[in-house]
Amino acid sequence: MGSTSETSRRDLIKRSVALGVFAVPTMGVLASCASGGDSGGGDKVEKGTKSAKNPLAVNDSAPLDVVIFDGGFGEKYAKDAEALYVAAYPKTKGKIKHASTQKIQSTLQPRFNGGNPPDLVDNSGAEQMDFSTLVGKDQLTDLTPLLDAPSIDDPKKKVRDTLRPGVVEMGQFGGSEILTLYYAYTVYGVWYSRTNLKKLDAEYPETWDDMLALCAKAKKKGVAGWTYPGKYPYYVPFSLYPFIAKIGGSEVLRRIDNLEPGAWKDPAVRAAFEAYYELYKKGYILQGSPGLDHLQSQKAWAEGKALFIPNGSWVENESGKQIDKAGDFDLAVGAPSGLDSSDKMPFGTLWASGGEPFIVPKQANNPEGGMELLRIMLGEKASKNFTKQVSSLTSLNGGTEGLTLPPGLSSAQAALEKAGKNVLNPRLQDWYVALQKEKIGVGCIGEMMAGRMTPAEAINKIQKYADETRKDASIKKYKR
Amino acid sequence: MQHGKYRFIAGFLVLPLAIYAVFVISPFVQAIYYSFTDWTGLSPDFEMVGIDNYTRLFQDGVFWAAVGNSVTLLVLLPVVTISLALFFAFMLNVGGRRTKKAVIGGVRGSGAYKILYFFPQVLSVPIVALLFQFAYNPESGALNSFFSAVGLDGVRPNWLGDPQLALWCVMAAMVWANVGFYVVLFSAGMSSIPKDFYEAALLDGAGRANTFFRITLPLLWDTVQTGWIYMGILALDVSAFAFVQIMSVGPGGPDYSTEVLPLYVYQKTFRDGQAGYATAIGVSLLIVTLIFAAVVMRLGRRERLEF
Repeated sequence: MGSTSETSRRDLIKRSVALGVFAVPTMGVLASCASGGDSGGGDKVEKGTKSAKNPLAVNDSAPLDVVIFDGGFGEKYAKDAEALYVAAYPKTKGKIKHASTQKIQSTLQPRFNGGNPPDLVDNSGAEQMDFSTLVGKDQLTDLTPLLDAPSIDDPKKKVRDTLRPGVVEMGQFGGSEILTLYYAYTVYGVWYSRTNLKKLDAEYPETWDDMLALCAKAKKKGVAGWTYPGKYPYYVPFSLYPFIAKIGGSEVLRRIDNLEPGAWKDPAVRAAFEAYYELYKKGYILQGSPGLDHLQSQKAWAEGKALFIPNGSWVENESGKQIDKAGDFDLAVGAPSGLDSSDKMPFGTLWASGGEPFIVPKQANNPEGGMELLRIMLGEKASKNFTKQVSSLTSLNGGTEGLTLPPGLSSAQAALEKAGKNVLNPRLQDWYVALQKEKIGVGCIGEMMAGRMTPAEAINKIQKYADETRKDASIKKYKR
Repeated sequence: MQHGKYRFIAGFLVLPLAIYAVFVISPFVQAIYYSFTDWTGLSPDFEMVGIDNYTRLFQDGVFWAAVGNSVTLLVLLPVVTISLALFFAFMLNVGGRRTKKAVIGGVRGSGAYKILYFFPQVLSVPIVALLFQFAYNPESGALNSFFSAVGLDGVRPNWLGDPQLALWCVMAAMVWANVGFYVVLFSAGMSSIPKDFYEAALLDGAGRANTFFRITLPLLWDTVQTGWIYMGILALDVSAFAFVQIMSVGPGGPDYSTEVLPLYVYQKTFRDGQAGYATAIGVSLLIVTLIFAAVVMRLGRRERLEF
């Protein structure tokens, strides 16, 4: 062979081809999200004229661009609200651009970066955009004008005064501006079938001893006590966090949210973790749960293979078909069972808070329109429609009169009433997403529930992760 | 007549090189530039932060877990896939019993096997990943149902839910999805090997193994090397990302046992709003890729047989 010019030319081409083959796919990932500069965003629509019917001065003929998260609640409720918007401002007919996706961030990030985001976004789901980044980079419109505008049903009341407690506060990020508005109102807890419990001659257990006894009884009949989505173990906190607060007081959760040093070392955390670990040790968790996703675990639970599942009130809509298939399921939600009589908070203590955060981007062309649509959605008509369609409450306080609520939702409402002042609102999951979902959820709680980590190990590791987050300058911190 | 050779080649390559420069080189440079900024990806304003992103990388345990898993995939995936594909292709084309007329031929029914092997290739990656996810379902999946059916009720692994197994499970799906393509590729390569070589080997009394290692493999070396490079890209790139993203717990878990570099780039950009840091991870992915390229080219250098 030797070095004839024939081979060297071939080698040259071969090498350049090989290099190209490497380079293209590797860098494509990066190139696709190159910064778009600060062009665009200059074509804001003109404001309309302010009137009693139009307190936000909406331009009554301007187009509106809405993006909805197409998750457990679907998108129909938003389309219905848009129809109401068109009815109020007939000149916008055909000008409403509605899109829905499960991939909020990858769809919208280029638009935010390029300075032409939509007018209203339901920033929700596994791929929600990071709030602290949006807030830190001043990408959100202050919704105060909306909250101070009169409610659509009663001109004497401000929108602010028609909302459920805590909703306004959840929209604040350290300052007085309200940057997000949570539309749904979610009740988190332990979801179960009253019918399946009745089959075991049992009531919902109010103490952990009762819980263990009931699980033992179920196990004898070949039914698991609990299941959970092991692929997304950050569902477990929906009942675990209020359990911690019930044992040690809501102070414990506040310290955890504030990333205080040693917050996770609280004895209440230890007690709660050990109680849940016992479920694993005694074999009360449905076999294979660590490998199930949310839909698979909900299916197994709806089929009666397990009694309890930690979840939120969207489960009634999301698993509606399977629950219907089970026949007389009689869905209900229970507040976390207490540990013993020395618990600091009474039985009924519950995690309930806003869900489906809506935002109006700062660079939106028609921010007034986005806010107006939200105002319409918070009216009784749209709110009732939402509740009827997806069996979830909205942030509008009340608005359920005259509706026959499905069993899960009416039980959620009863649970809320019973909780009274003892409604908790842990913020870890919207303040520090990566910490809550991936590090604590998948990395520690999931491992503990699968029996690969002891409670002590899990707590140490979580504390380490929390400390790292506190020290990480690239993450914005919050206090409550 | 050596001088002017490169100018001659470059003359033909002006247009492609220009396109290459705009669409490949410039994003490279941009990406490297962004890796020195605190760009969030959610807003166009950012500041230079020097090598902060890189110092952060070195202390980031998740990043190192991702590097480890990516390198594991990079080393094992080509070996397994290509060995299997070579074995299958050899059996389909050469490994059969000699019939009266043909000197070489595949095992009985090789035509049907070829279709069978190629079949996964027509399925898109997400579908394959979903199929395997169903099979791995510890509650009602095919694998554990099989274990129960044969009386091994005690053996019901959590597959994707077990950090010891998860990466292997993902890898198995990737092998299944890709091996068919290489069977076809190597079959094509084998059919271009002159029959007389085999005849000669046969006369000398060579068995299957000898025929494979002394004749087929050396003559197929170029094709194998190409296949190796492609598998390497697959292991580092979008395919690994898609499989891990769809199949794994978390995704990337449990406990970061399936975290790979492209997924980490994605998570940092699209979940945490840290595009600047993500480009730094991307640059490290580039470095891993270049090392891989250098190693493959070094190891693959062999004398070529012309026939």
